[in-house]
Amino acid sequence: MQIDPGIAAVIIGAAVVTFLPRVLPLMLLSRMELPEWAMRWLHYVPVAVMAALVGQELLLQDGELALLHNPKLLAALPAVVVAIVTRSLLGTVVVGIAAMMLLRLWM
Amino acid sequence: MDNVRSEQAGASHQEEGFIQGVKDCVPTLLGYLSIGFAAGVIEKTAGLSLAEIALMSLVLYAGSAQFIAAGMISAGSAPAGIIVTIFFVNLRHLLLSAALSPYFRHLTPLRNMLIGGLLTDETFGVAIHKIADRLRLSERWMHGLNVTAYLNWFAANMAGAYFGQWIVNPDRLGLDFALPAMFIGLLALAMASRNKLALDLMVAAAAVIVAVGVGIAVSPSFGVIAAAVIAATIGMVLERCR
Repeated sequence: MQIDPGIAAVIIGAAVVTFLPRVLPLMLLSRMELPEWAMRWLHYVPVAVMAALVGQELLLQDGELALLHNPKLLAALPAVVVAIVTRSLLGTVVVGIAAMMLLRLWM
Repeated sequence: MDNVRSEQAGASHQEEGFIQGVKDCVPTLLGYLSIGFAAGVIEKTAGLSLAEIALMSLVLYAGSAQFIAAGMISAGSAPAGIIVTIFFVNLRHLLLSAALSPYFRHLTPLRNMLIGGLLTDETFGVAIHKIADRLRLSERWMHGLNVTAYLNWFAANMAGAYFGQWIVNPDRLGLDFALPAMFIGLLALAMASRNKLALDLMVAAAAVIVAVGVGIAVSPSFGVIAAAVIAATIGMVLERCR
């Protein structure tokens, strides 16, 4: 039950660089009126960010494109179906983890 | 002019309180409980102590960053390298925070800082869903949402860290898929909350291509930022062309 000073420094450093992008736009942009095109642009950001994260998680392995022998891509199939049908985060995560576990047993 | 109208429309809405924010957070709790649990297990098996895991979940408070930090710490990466990587991974919050800013225009910068400090993909998703027809969000409602998600995340991390003592290989249990599955669920939620499926699918496809391409050529975290900027711009331009 202790904290290594080096690890504490990494955690606090990471926390600071995480905190700033979280708060600065809210603090600064709320002071001014954004033009209509900027609002429209911002509306596409969540879909773009999530799709980018999904794409990298599923298609990249050790910095390279992995289309074959890729258990993550296979486990994603039932997870995507559950996500679309149920729109439940819990259902998606549980089915995804279970699919991954079964794939690791068989592969 | 626009400003005046939004002030009036906002005032006519009944302000929702802290407790409603807690309630609106509930549907996401179990999903994040499982991801937080997985993060706790991975952090524990990476060699972090319970106190270090507590510190990380309380001050860093970011799912993907915690998975990455655990992996890099156990791999013995340089501290500066870990911090820079996490900076780029979490730079997407800049865009989420900017997207929420129009709805908190009625607050001072200091109070906006308190809102943004606990902003996550999850609370952003719930808040964007809530916005639907209104022009501003209630501060107390947002705190209710944020604080509930924060405490749930901490509890989940600690539970995972505790049970992680007996888990030798988390990958065999499929726990390494918790994070991608969460992103899949959040993507489905983001697309379901609006009526622009065709445009959204094009934006998503563009984002995947850029994220993977730039991810291979430069670095994965830079790939996410490039994909977000380019794909959102494509969406904005296509919408205007119609």
